[in-house]
Amino acid sequence: MPLRQDIKKVLVIGSGPIIIGQAAEFDYAGTQACRALKQEGLEVVLINSNPATIMTDKAMADKIYIEPLNLDVVKRIIEIEKPDSLLSTLGGQTGLTLSMQLAEEGFLDLHNVKLLGADPETIHKAEDRQAFKDTMEKIGEPCIPSKVVETIEDAVSFAGEIGYPVIVRPAFTLGGTGGGIADNEEQLRDISKNGLRLSPITQVLIEKCISGWKEIEFEVIRDSKGNVITVCSMENFDPVGIHTGDSIVIAPAVTLSDREYQMLRTASLNIISELKVEGGCNCQFALHPETFEYAVIEVNPRVSRSSALASKATGYPIAKVATRIAIGYTLDEIINQVTGKTYACFEPALDYVVVKFPKWAFDKFVYAKRTLGTQMKATGEVMAIGTSFEQAIMKAVRSTELGVDSMNMKKFESVSTEELLEKIPRADDERAFQVYELLKRGVSVNELHNITMIDEWFLDKLKNLTELERWLTEGELSEEKYLTAKKFGYLDSTIERFSGQKCPIKKHSVFKMVDTCAGEFKAETPYFYSTFDEENEAKQFIERVDQGKKKVIVFGSGPIRIGQGIEFDYCSVHCVWTLKEQGYEAIICNNNPETVSTDFDTGDRLYFDPLTKEDVESIIETEQPYGVVVQFGGQTAIKLTRHLADMGVNILGTSADSIDAAEDRERFDELLEKCGIPRPDGYTVMTTEEAVEVAGKLGYPVLLRPSYVLGGQNMIIAHSEKDVVEYMGIITRTMIENPVLIDKYMMGKEVEVDAICDGKDFLIPGIMEHIERAGVHSGDSISVYPAQTLSQKIVDTIIDYTKKLAVELNVIGLVNIQYVVYNNEVYVIEVNPRSSRTVPYISKVTGIPMVDIATKIMLGSTLKELGYESGLYKKSKYVAVKVPVFSFEKLQDVDTMLGPEMKSTGECLGIAETFEDALLKGLVAAGYDLKREGGVLISVRDQDKQEIISIADKFSQMGFELYGTSGTASTLNKNMIATNLVNKISEKTEPNVLSLLESGKIHYVISTSEKGRLPARDSVKMRRKSVERSICSLTAIDTAKALANVLLTERTISDVDMIDITTI
Amino acid sequence: MSIFNQSEKAYLLLADGTVFEGRSFGAKGTVIGEVVFTTSLTGYQETLTDPSYYGQIVTQTFPLIGNYGVNDEDFESAKSYVSGYIVREWCNTPSNFRSQGDINEFLVKHNVIGIHSIDTRCLTRKIREVGVMNGAITTENVNEKKEELLEKIKAYKITDAVKSVTGTEIKSYSNENPEYKVVLFDFGYKRNIRNELVNRGCEVIVVPADTTAEQIKEISPDGIMFSNGPGDPAENTEIINNIREISKLGIPIFGICLGHQLMALAHGAKTEKLKYGHRGANQPVIDKVLSKTFVTSQNHGYAVVGDSIDPSEGTVSHINANDGTCEGMRYSKENAFTVQFHPEAHGGPQDTAYLFDEFIDMMKKEMH
Repeated sequence: MPLRQDIKKVLVIGSGPIIIGQAAEFDYAGTQACRALKQEGLEVVLINSNPATIMTDKAMADKIYIEPLNLDVVKRIIEIEKPDSLLSTLGGQTGLTLSMQLAEEGFLDLHNVKLLGADPETIHKAEDRQAFKDTMEKIGEPCIPSKVVETIEDAVSFAGEIGYPVIVRPAFTLGGTGGGIADNEEQLRDISKNGLRLSPITQVLIEKCISGWKEIEFEVIRDSKGNVITVCSMENFDPVGIHTGDSIVIAPAVTLSDREYQMLRTASLNIISELKVEGGCNCQFALHPETFEYAVIEVNPRVSRSSALASKATGYPIAKVATRIAIGYTLDEIINQVTGKTYACFEPALDYVVVKFPKWAFDKFVYAKRTLGTQMKATGEVMAIGTSFEQAIMKAVRSTELGVDSMNMKKFESVSTEELLEKIPRADDERAFQVYELLKRGVSVNELHNITMIDEWFLDKLKNLTELERWLTEGELSEEKYLTAKKFGYLDSTIERFSGQKCPIKKHSVFKMVDTCAGEFKAETPYFYSTFDEENEAKQFIERVDQGKKKVIVFGSGPIRIGQGIEFDYCSVHCVWTLKEQGYEAIICNNNPETVSTDFDTGDRLYFDPLTKEDVESIIETEQPYGVVVQFGGQTAIKLTRHLADMGVNILGTSADSIDAAEDRERFDELLEKCGIPRPDGYTVMTTEEAVEVAGKLGYPVLLRPSYVLGGQNMIIAHSEKDVVEYMGIITRTMIENPVLIDKYMMGKEVEVDAICDGKDFLIPGIMEHIERAGVHSGDSISVYPAQTLSQKIVDTIIDYTKKLAVELNVIGLVNIQYVVYNNEVYVIEVNPRSSRTVPYISKVTGIPMVDIATKIMLGSTLKELGYESGLYKKSKYVAVKVPVFSFEKLQDVDTMLGPEMKSTGECLGIAETFEDALLKGLVAAGYDLKREGGVLISVRDQDKQEIISIADKFSQMGFELYGTSGTASTLNKNMIATNLVNKISEKTEPNVLSLLESGKIHYVISTSEKGRLPARDSVKMRRKSVERSICSLTAIDTAKALANVLLTERTISDVDMIDITTI
Repeated sequence: MSIFNQSEKAYLLLADGTVFEGRSFGAKGTVIGEVVFTTSLTGYQETLTDPSYYGQIVTQTFPLIGNYGVNDEDFESAKSYVSGYIVREWCNTPSNFRSQGDINEFLVKHNVIGIHSIDTRCLTRKIREVGVMNGAITTENVNEKKEELLEKIKAYKITDAVKSVTGTEIKSYSNENPEYKVVLFDFGYKRNIRNELVNRGCEVIVVPADTTAEQIKEISPDGIMFSNGPGDPAENTEIINNIREISKLGIPIFGICLGHQLMALAHGAKTEKLKYGHRGANQPVIDKVLSKTFVTSQNHGYAVVGDSIDPSEGTVSHINANDGTCEGMRYSKENAFTVQFHPEAHGGPQDTAYLFDEFIDMMKKEMH
């Protein structure tokens, strides 16, 4: 059936801010969906609260609302826009849940809106635990013995029937939030209590634990005619029990014989047919390793992280095809874009293997519990393609930017075998490396399999790597040995390290095409991966398509992590689009399967490969580009600059030397001195001793951070010598080649500027002011555009400094500068001659396409030619407030207190005509449940006690009941603000802080403490408890103040206009 | 065995003179065959034991072969019929609960000469561009007698394929109390065709390829299955004549792969050699009656020319969604249908197993 004639205007719901379990993959899916809809000539209305996305870009939809994703807002937008249809399956769990609620309430029927993608019955059958079980039983697909319960007692009684261990899975939570494995009754009581609370329908599933079985996934697609296909199978390295998002995954499944493979494939098709999904669907199975017994674990009737991975692994664009199916097309009508001749109704054949490796934030959350289980903890992932598993996993590991170039992790070399053997039964993020270390020491594959239940196939492959490494250490490094190592995925530098010899020859990789059909048909997919063979398909392709255009390579930003998120993908993609528009051939290199940049039709060519010096060298060798772009790919790309410059590659935009001048402390100081711009005093140190000495000289508190990092990785404020020693220990442990910076810490107002410079003129689209004072990482601060409280003099100074810095550094393109205003003086904290995480949001609210302009400037244009005056651009009529979003409930033991180290995973934007309304929208979008009554628990450090008085007073006047710990309560009571005294946790006597939080009386917690991080501290426990109880927890005085002011306005979202940002 | 105890060199020489240098596995020696490729991800054991590959050197496009080892249950015939075997990498540490040995041992046992560690994608693309080519795998130094070998390669032709693989005896297979009696013509049949029928309550009587209409009449079956098999269908003139007569018996007929082609030839249609065939587990086929597309398992180098059949004799029922070639026929004058693909799967998808049910239904109707 072709396009349905009754569809003209479609509402697409995005997935909102990036959180663990719902990340960039939905921007990829949503972007594909919007593009597919627009290609059909349909009018697209989009709602998504996340401004860092590509889907919220003007080119993607006709009407774009960056508004909170809640029921009331979506209803209002439906009333305003009157779409005839709603696409439900492309916006992750958020989009799906909202769509389902709208349908169930009858709102869609009332407004004549058709639900596309999946109907409520399908969603119900797939997502409601009991309905799912019944459906599976009906079609004879086995499920794991399980029962849906609504009370802890029922959970305990069922577990008694089926025996421990059991898995607790809360209904309707993201990424399995609140779930876990219980080995005994005590644990079960604990986990199910939490799970019941987190489930919006107070339901959890108690299920027989089948950990140790193989975990296999199938991505399937069905159309309205009932045509069904599987796109890809995937096998988890880690057995069942670890969330697939936290597992190393290989595609296709490798340890299944055809019988097992077809059994599960047929099961997937039966399931999708019975559920009547029209679009993409993900089926997860547990397969007994020693029999044909299997069980269906989970079915997601929508596009997902796995479908993004499957799309990138096969070249089959699931989201695009699912969208076309949703609007009426069938699989046999949709052309396979890759071959241009065949249809979408086929199954991709691979002639390579794909390895996905998760990226966790434990390098930043030093004290977080690293154990992996049913609750996802990874913030992102990388994918690698290779002609062998060994090659692919080697590429994957170096793409994760863990500071390793092989499976060897230095820190385990000094751990005893006994200790490692004790560690590996419980999986954590480093288990694969621990297992590798044990293999190296001769522990047998069999023993490791028995302990971990990781399939012997994977262990044997890892063992091959250990053998290769040993072989490298023996005798002469012959050409044959070198080539073998290259095929196994080793870098030259790694080979030289193991062999202790220079490489006898230098071999660049060749590139093979990802063509969905294993070479069976001629394909023109501009999608390549590296390997070591004779034939270089990319070279042939380049010659074939050559139109004499200049080629430019854009380096992407790698895996999503805290501090380097989807914003950089937005920038990379925009750069590519502009390059294409300007008549260049734009080539992307990246390794993140979740992103739009790695969609093979974003650029003219895509290289899916690691972003290390050597990997990049081979791409350059094949492409021979006119130039490369590094300033949009975050620190991942910036790190390549020096090497690329040394290779003689033409770096477009700001030069390697300028980047170095901004990052090298001494050179930067010289520059500031020359410009007459002050900065907080600071020094560069290499050792703990130096650090202690310098800190003493500066006077505490001081700010410590390694140079060359993003997202304030390992950045802290030290209040004492002890702090300095502790943190230097942590920093030096993680293989830091670059020095550590120590600055005097100034607690002033933080201001941030993104500017574009052509070397002579400069343009500041807007100045942003942070609500939280310096000391809270800029990525975690609520950021306001335009700045609300700066005097004209300060603004003029900032403009002046920005100009001087940009011009003096000879910035060609983007520059991000952070200032602190302290005692009415402007100081520079940081200058980053590259794109930043605020670029997408500022571009959207000011209407200035920053990346497009920067790209054109890098290609030789000037601001004047492009029609822009030098200086600060006129203020928008709207105020935009960016509010950070955290994933604390997913990360056990992480202190939620904001500090100089970034902790947020995503962000939302509130846009309104006034600051208060914009902040209100931003807070609501970020998930703040702005309750107007109840209790407020306050416990602040001494330095905040003066400031808390007026804030507490506001809450008190609004009718909130105040509670405080001893010091805070005493301060408030002394200031005539009635506050109930609560015992501290350490005081043991109940009611104490914990029991108060448990009681449900408290709706806001304001907590600051001198020290944090250590999970054992009372203050940390209190904040963790608030997170677990989903209580709004404010950990900076300024945030608390802002929130109190919003509450004081007594306005709610329904009082604020919705804004279509395409009209800005 | 360590992966670095490199096995001896082996070479693949193609008819156009191209030499791929790789490593030897399986049996040693020299073998000539028609070089083809299959894109199946799983099912290498089924491929190796599928008699339709007689005379061919099979290339696996999936790079990792032998991952789950070899077992006794997944044989599609008693032995391996491939002439040679080409993979990128074979797995010497297979992992699967049914694995009884690795693929190298299997090849040695069945005397199949294999070559690994070559760029199979490069080879596949060459075959795709040039078409199927003859070639040779040798563990001897190819450069020393290249010209001599090339001549042999060029002269090679797969002949008497069906004769070489068919059984000579009549054998019967069934579960208890079979409901239908089906004759299965052994043109080199895959075991799972037999199993699918047996599992549906058939007594399956496997007969040699040259069985005549008269002999069939004696057996008096409820249905006839023409099996898959190797080679150029048109060379089987005697069998084609037999089939023409057998068709007239009024017994329901189901044909698969070569069986489909022979049936078409018997009804006056033509067959043609495809440039590089269809071999894999992902071939989309449109069932024109159901107006649905199914993913099928395929292995054939020849195809029936769809419009070569007299419309009064039969119509094309299935077509390949990729290249539009004929994938199935329904015959108007007889109770017969045939398909080019493999509804019995093994390896490959089981999505078209419903065709066996249709065959059973045909027999059921005839009987009542």
